[in-house]
Amino acid sequence: MKQDTDMNRRRFLGQTAGVAGLTIVPGVMLYEVQARPADQAASSSVRWGMLIDTRQCDTGCTDCVTACKTENGWGSTETKSSPEQQAQWIRKVKLTDKQTGHVQSLPLMCQHCETPPCVDVCPTGASMKRADGIVLVDKHICIGCRYCMMACPYKARSFIHEPLTDQKPHAPRGVGTVESCTLCVHRIDKDGTPACVEACNAEGHKAMYFGNLNDPDSDISKHLKQHGGEQIRADLGLNTGVRYQGL
Amino acid sequence: MKAIRYLQIEGRSVGYYALLGILGLIVAAGGLAALYMEHNGHYVTGMNNQIVWGIPHVFAVFLIIAASGALNVASISSVFNKKAYKPLALLSAFLSVCLLLGGLTVLVLDLGQPDRLIIAMTLYNFKSIFAWNMILYNGFIAVVAVYIWFMMEKRMNKYSRYAGFTAFFWRLMLTTGTGSIFGFIVARQAYDAAIMAPMFVIMSLSYGLAIFILVMMASYHWSERELGDATVRRMTNLLGVFIAAVLYFTLTYHLTNLYVTENHGVEAFILRDGGLYTQLFWIGTILIGGLLPLFLIYFPATAKNRKMISAACVMVILGGLATLYVIIIGGQAYPLEMFPGKIVESSFFDGGIKAYTPTLAEILLGTGGFALSLIMVALVVKILRVLPDNMADANVDPHY
Repeated sequence: MKQDTDMNRRRFLGQTAGVAGLTIVPGVMLYEVQARPADQAASSSVRWGMLIDTRQCDTGCTDCVTACKTENGWGSTETKSSPEQQAQWIRKVKLTDKQTGHVQSLPLMCQHCETPPCVDVCPTGASMKRADGIVLVDKHICIGCRYCMMACPYKARSFIHEPLTDQKPHAPRGVGTVESCTLCVHRIDKDGTPACVEACNAEGHKAMYFGNLNDPDSDISKHLKQHGGEQIRADLGLNTGVRYQGL
Repeated sequence: MKAIRYLQIEGRSVGYYALLGILGLIVAAGGLAALYMEHNGHYVTGMNNQIVWGIPHVFAVFLIIAASGALNVASISSVFNKKAYKPLALLSAFLSVCLLLGGLTVLVLDLGQPDRLIIAMTLYNFKSIFAWNMILYNGFIAVVAVYIWFMMEKRMNKYSRYAGFTAFFWRLMLTTGTGSIFGFIVARQAYDAAIMAPMFVIMSLSYGLAIFILVMMASYHWSERELGDATVRRMTNLLGVFIAAVLYFTLTYHLTNLYVTENHGVEAFILRDGGLYTQLFWIGTILIGGLLPLFLIYFPATAKNRKMISAACVMVILGGLATLYVIIIGGQAYPLEMFPGKIVESSFFDGGIKAYTPTLAEILLGTGGFALSLIMVALVVKILRVLPDNMADANVDPHY
C-alpha cells in the first residue's frame, strides 16, 4: 500500500515537473546551455577572471568583503582565534603613495594565478588549479603544512586555527587546513557571478567585473582591451586572473 | 695501535638514569604539548596567518640540518678515508638518524592535520620541494641504516665505503633540499636566494659537528672512557673551519642583498631596525654562534680545555637556533612587498611588521623533539656496541 502511494506521488510529481518544464523551457534554454553539467570537467577553453577598477572603489566601502563573508561563512566563526589568526578570504587594502600622498583602495584576494606558487609548493597536490583557472584547496588532502601560505605573494591564504561548526555546504572549511577565495566556484558552476562582484554591482559601485578572459566578446575582456589592467607583482610573471585598473 | 673494541656503556649509574629521566620528562612535555595543539587547533600557539611557521619549525629545521652534519665524522672516514675518524663513524651515523627523527617528529606534529601523514607519504606533487624532502628525509634514514648495518656486520664491512659514499651524497641533497624550501620562495624578500641551499649545507656541517663533539665528549666523560686530545683537537679544528664558513656565507648573503635596492628594506629590518631579530642576528648568529666559539677553539689557552670546547659547541648550537629564528620568523615578520612605494594598510595586517610571541606549547614541542633525539642516542650507546672502549691517542693514531 505504502509503495503504491509512493509511486502515485512520484508519478504526479514527475508529470507536474514535466508540464512545468515544458512551460518554462524556452526561457531557460539560453541560460542552461552555458551552465556546465556536474559530470563534465571544467574546460581550459574558459579562463575565469576578475577586473577591479580601483578608481571606483571607495576607501570606506566593504560591501565585497561582507558579501564574501555571508556567502562563504567566514568572519565571525572563529571565536577563539586572535585577529591575526582569523581567516580572511578577501580584504580591503588602503594604499597611500609615500611620495605624493595619493590614496587608493582595492579589494585583495586570491589572484588565481596561471602559474600559482601555492600549487607549485604544495607537497600533496591539495593546492590545485582547475582547468578554467580557479585556484582551490582540496580540504581532504591538505595536511596543514602552510607552505602555500609561505609561497603566496599576496598573502591570500588563511589557516584555520580552531575547530569550526555550522559551515556552508558549498564552502567546507576545516581546522588544520588552509583556505582562500574560491572565486565562488559553486556559483560559477551554476553560471553565477562571485558574491563580491554581485554585491559591488548591486550597490552600483561598478568597481568589479567578472567573466571569461578567453572570450574576446565578454564584458571583462572588452574592458581590459579598452582600458588595460595591471597585475599586482607583475614582475613575478604569474599571469594573474585578477587584474586592477588605476593601480 | 690496538684493534678497536666497540662496547656498550654500562648505563647503570645514577647519572645515566637521571639523564634519561630529565630527557624523558622533556619528551613527555613535548608529547603533551603536541596533543594539546592537536586537540585545540593552532590557536593555542603564537603562530597565525601572518607568521605561519614558528618556533617548532626553528627546532625542526635545526635538527634536520644538524642530522646531516652529524654524519660528518662517518663521511670523512668513508669518503675521504681518514682512519682517525673511523672508530667514531658508528656513533656519527646513529646520532644523525636520531637527530633527523627528532626533527621530523616536531615537523609532523606541528602539521594542521598530523593524522594525514599517510597522505603526505603517498601523494606526491613532484614540483614541490617539500614532497622531494619527504623522499630525501625517509631515504636518508634508509641509506644510513644500510650504512650502519654494513659497518656493524663484519661480512659486509667491505661494502661500507660504498654505503658511506651514498650517504654522503644523500646528505648533501638533503640539506640542499631543506635550504631550497626557503630559496624557492619568490614571494618574500628575505628568501628567494639560491645561496640559501649551499648556506644550509654549510650550516648543517657546523651545527651537526658541534652536537657530535658534545655527544662524544659527554659519552666518554660520563662512561669514564679515555678520549684522546688529538681526536678532539682534529674535530674542533674542523668545526672552526665550518663556523668561519657559515660566517662567510652569512656575509655574502647580506652583502648581495644590500647591493640590490629592492632588498634594502628587509636588510635594514634584519640588520638594524628589527629589535629582537636584529639582536638575535648580531648577538646570536655573529657573536655567540660565530666569533666567540672561533676564539675558544683557536685561542691556545682555551683550545685544549674540554670545558671551553663544550662551551664553544653549545654556543654554536645556540647561535644556530638564533640564525634559524631570524631566517624563518624574521623572514616572515617583514611584510610582503606587494605595492612598492606605498604605505599599505588593511584589516589583514598588510604593510606592518608582524608580531610573533611563541606560547609554551610550541616551545615544548620544539624542545621535546631535541630531547627525543638525545634520549635515542643515550639508549643506542647503552643497547648497541657503538662506542669504542678506548679512544686514547695511542690507540687510534689520530694523525692519520
